[in-house]
Amino acid sequence: MAKIKVTTDAAVKVGDIPLGFTAQPGSTRNFKTGDWRSARPALDREKCIYCGFCYIYCPDGVYKDMGPEEKYYQPDLDFCKGCGVCAAECPKKCIQMVVEEV
Amino acid sequence: MSACIGSSAAGARTFTATSSQGLLLMAEMTFIAPALRLPIVMAVANRAISAPINIWNDHSDVMTIRDCGWIQIFVENGQEATDMSIIAFRIAEDKNVMLPVILNLDGFTLSHFIEPIIFPEQEKVRRYLPAYETTHKLDIAKPISMGLLGAPEVYTEARKATDDALVASKSRIVKAFDEFADIFGRKYNLVETYRAEDAETIIVLMGSIAETAMTAVDEMRDAGQKVGLARLRLWRPFPIEELRAAVKGAKRLAIVDRHISLGFPEGPVATEIRALLFHDQDRPRISNFILGLGGRDVPRDHFKYIVERAEELGDAGRQGHYEMVGVLE
Ligand code: SF4
Ligand code: SF4
Repeated sequence: MAKIKVTTDAAVKVGDIPLGFTAQPGSTRNFKTGDWRSARPALDREKCIYCGFCYIYCPDGVYKDMGPEEKYYQPDLDFCKGCGVCAAECPKKCIQMVVEEV
Repeated sequence: MSACIGSSAAGARTFTATSSQGLLLMAEMTFIAPALRLPIVMAVANRAISAPINIWNDHSDVMTIRDCGWIQIFVENGQEATDMSIIAFRIAEDKNVMLPVILNLDGFTLSHFIEPIIFPEQEKVRRYLPAYETTHKLDIAKPISMGLLGAPEVYTEARKATDDALVASKSRIVKAFDEFADIFGRKYNLVETYRAEDAETIIVLMGSIAETAMTAVDEMRDAGQKVGLARLRLWRPFPIEELRAAVKGAKRLAIVDRHISLGFPEGPVATEIRALLFHDQDRPRISNFILGLGGRDVPRDHFKYIVERAEELGDAGRQGHYEMVGVLE
């Protein structure tokens, strides 16, 4: 009989599925939802005025406030999906979307 | 239905009732309850769907969500509707089942008529149906997430897990029916037959029109015709072996659908039974009749007519006849 190759890395079997497909809280952290991004935000810290628009507008909430000393916000690229909202909303246009190399 | 899912997810015994457009409005959510394994019971007073606007009985509402994953039962009369509303919880909340149950009762014919019933005694109901204990719930003391993303890596397995649970529920449904009989004395089967043992032509249907069909069968038997009846009480999971046993030996089946699958020349009940029996050596000739759409009366002579047509067409070697009975054109 012809063998088929199942194109998945995950080895979750039917019997492994928990009743009701539930999970422990915070399990989304295990999924690096940024891995299908096609472009990532790159910040020009010279121009940044630390206004926080990027932090507020990011739909995934991936920006971290680096504090009044550092005076900038840094995206967690494990979860940034590359939508470009931060770059579009930045009043100083200091975020560039850089194409990810494959 | 969204509120019911929330209620059940919080651990409460949950019941709702709907019909027709109301069911369709919440069709999206009906697929979620079984996947989350929430034992909600929903009575559906089966009624037609628009257009044209119609509030009377047929099965087109529930057939639209046929594949939603709920256990689905069709009842015949008020007594059965009453009994099944208790049995449904027993089935749904069985720890080996944990699936929602749709209790289909014909709109108006059963939902709006007065008939005498034996009301189940409270003490016996308590004995039959213990207090509900959930297996998994939203609890701030022990938090879990429900309604998760199922990426391609796991979606197939998750769907199979739900299907496996639904198929496996059949033996627990039989057990719930048997134990109900022990306590209340009324015995229900997955497929009910009437004078079908030596029948050459068997009418197959679901719901309350079985009562008229039985009277018609009696009259045809009196006239010397070898006619019987098989009624599917359980629709999902489909009672495969029980249906096969019920129609064994019959030369012809006259299968009744109360729903029209627009664009396909057959109703869902007929399609499924035909598919089921297709590879059997001596399968019966199958004719399909659409009856009683949108509250159209189904008197005894309709059953005599479909038996005659099934015999005429079946004996002429026709396999796969489809007809809307009583349509004026
Ligand atoms: S590109 Fe989108 S997801 Fe990434 S940091 Fe900017 S706003 Fe957030
Ligand atoms: S929106 Fe632009 S200027 Fe404002 S904090 Fe973010 S990067 Fe800096």
